[in-house]
Amino acid sequence: MGEYTGVRGTVWFRAFTGSASPMPGDPNSVLTADAPLGKDRARFLCVVPDPHARFPCARHGEVGLEEAYTLAARVREVVDSDKGDVKRPIIAIVDVKSQAYGRREETAAIFLAAAAAADAYGSARLAGHPVITLVVGQALSGAFLTHGYQANRILAFDDEGVMIHAMHKAAAARITRRSVKELETLAKDILPMSYDIRDYAKLGMLYKLLHVDNPEKPSPQETQNVQSELAAAIEDARRSPVDLLNRLQSKGALEMRKASLLVRSKLEEQWREG
Amino acid sequence: METIEFEYPAKRKLSKRAHAGVVGSGDLEVLFEPADGATARVFIRTSVDGFGDTWKAVLDRFFAKYDGVVRIQINDAGATPGGVMLRLEQAVEASEQ
Amino acid sequence: MSSQKHGAAFINRQSFIELDARERATALFDPGTSRELVGPFDRVESPWLPMQGVTPQEDDGCVVMKGKIGGQAAVVIALEGAFQGGSMGEVSGEKMTAALDLARADSERGIPTSAVILLETGGVRLQEANLGLAAIAELMASILAMRKHAPVICLTAGTVGCFGGMSLAAGLASYVVLTREARLGMNGPEVIEQENGIEEFDSRDHALVWAINGGEQRFAMGLADALVDDDTPQIAEAIRRFVTKGLPPVHRSSQVALYRRRIEALDTSRQWDPKELRTLWAGKGSEGDK
Repeated sequence: MGEYTGVRGTVWFRAFTGSASPMPGDPNSVLTADAPLGKDRARFLCVVPDPHARFPCARHGEVGLEEAYTLAARVREVVDSDKGDVKRPIIAIVDVKSQAYGRREETAAIFLAAAAAADAYGSARLAGHPVITLVVGQALSGAFLTHGYQANRILAFDDEGVMIHAMHKAAAARITRRSVKELETLAKDILPMSYDIRDYAKLGMLYKLLHVDNPEKPSPQETQNVQSELAAAIEDARRSPVDLLNRLQSKGALEMRKASLLVRSKLEEQWREG
Repeated sequence: METIEFEYPAKRKLSKRAHAGVVGSGDLEVLFEPADGATARVFIRTSVDGFGDTWKAVLDRFFAKYDGVVRIQINDAGATPGGVMLRLEQAVEASEQ
Repeated sequence: MSSQKHGAAFINRQSFIELDARERATALFDPGTSRELVGPFDRVESPWLPMQGVTPQEDDGCVVMKGKIGGQAAVVIALEGAFQGGSMGEVSGEKMTAALDLARADSERGIPTSAVILLETGGVRLQEANLGLAAIAELMASILAMRKHAPVICLTAGTVGCFGGMSLAAGLASYVVLTREARLGMNGPEVIEQENGIEEFDSRDHALVWAINGGEQRFAMGLADALVDDDTPQIAEAIRRFVTKGLPPVHRSSQVALYRRRIEALDTSRQWDPKELRTLWAGKGSEGDK
């Protein structure tokens, strides 16, 4: 499984927007830009490593306090400026190592910062903005809940460097008191535990798996193809309800989330009784 | 994880189902459901293998005093015999309220 | 209000922390008005735990009850901290999300229905990894949709506390109610110590843990709306108060400009005494609220 290199986010942000900068006044760890996408002008957002970040525990691609509130602010800006107008798409490019693990972060309530970013993304979606996430690298745990998981549609590359999961292998093994090897064996039979993005795709939450030969060096044609896929996802989102129920209605969900569907239908049935 | 089943003769009809306990470490949950016929059936799922004899001993003791026609489901995460008896008795009490 | 009850009052208090999830949920309703939905006898358990030799619980560690609080329609969703650390699995997660969606649907149809979520949880259940994480994301989406119509009240009493991805759910709440024993934070001290060393966080330093994540600290920073004693009638009263109050004018997680400024103003060159943030963010000392 690929290690986090911290370059993919910048590469794809630049490929889509022609630049790789924060907005004035923002920390260097959050890239934000508005650029054409299909027939829209979309806002692109990406969290990247900043070795000079103010917070020592957020210097290697972690989503920390500043990153979360900056994302929240830049997403809200789109919603506030589009009121009564065309709802612009919001594109989250995701390659994040993890959330920031630090004493300062806990003291200053990183849980609220993360919630604020998720609130911004989710509220934008509820307001009618198509929110699309492109996982170009790693999307872990609290970092993904903060930046990307509230999207209408999630796309990902299908290579070894792409991972969506709740916890890195070594830490997960430690906490569940197994060896990494045991964890990998379990993951073969238990799909939700797998670290393979192709297995994640079978769970039904992913809109599309895309192939790019080398995600760290996309060709102009590949970039264009991915942009078309994003534009298609935007159109699909615009035609659909603004909630996340599509994740439960997919083919993958029908096969792999039967218990979720059973719970929902039983709850609906019993809610009305008595 | 081990699945163990037991059967005991029974005669008294149960009026109510009942639940007790939590599948916490060293604990168990117990579900009592009214059944038909003259048999009490116990279905155990336990994460601690190899204690069939201990389960039998506990249940023999329990059914020496209990005659409900019941389906008992036990989900166990390593409770002691005393803990098992406690949850069974809690379920009995709840089923007779 | 004194933070300690002495003598007879203390002995007579009814501990909420000692109750299991079902008992806690029941205690919050107007007596006789509640019923459980998709309970243990419905047998909807985790499909994933038995596959790895872990004994499942028939309600998957999540209790959903519907009834009245202060005469108003409410749903209470309680995580069982003693089962798998209250962690979010496929089933427990979907119970929570679907219950919120049903409460929202009722609210949209003219029956304002509040949601009370009892969070004793370490976050994602690692044995269900990606389904647990997805469940939290979907839960968060449903909280956002729900809180346009009726309050979502999160209560953490201890002993497990509210950590991991589920701390974001608390962050989205309309109101947060905590006891002093409760802890609320994204990353547990052990994880921080593992990732960034014992200097960053000594997880055995219990005083430090509560100084940073404890209920009193969070309340004093302005991040919780009530600090309650471990006393069932008092807790039920606090919940009733928020159900009756209805929606806040603005949700904490929407106050981005305010919190962004607060973070920008912090001197990151040193660690802080958590009490500094009480003064900075809420101008408070350490007082409880009833």
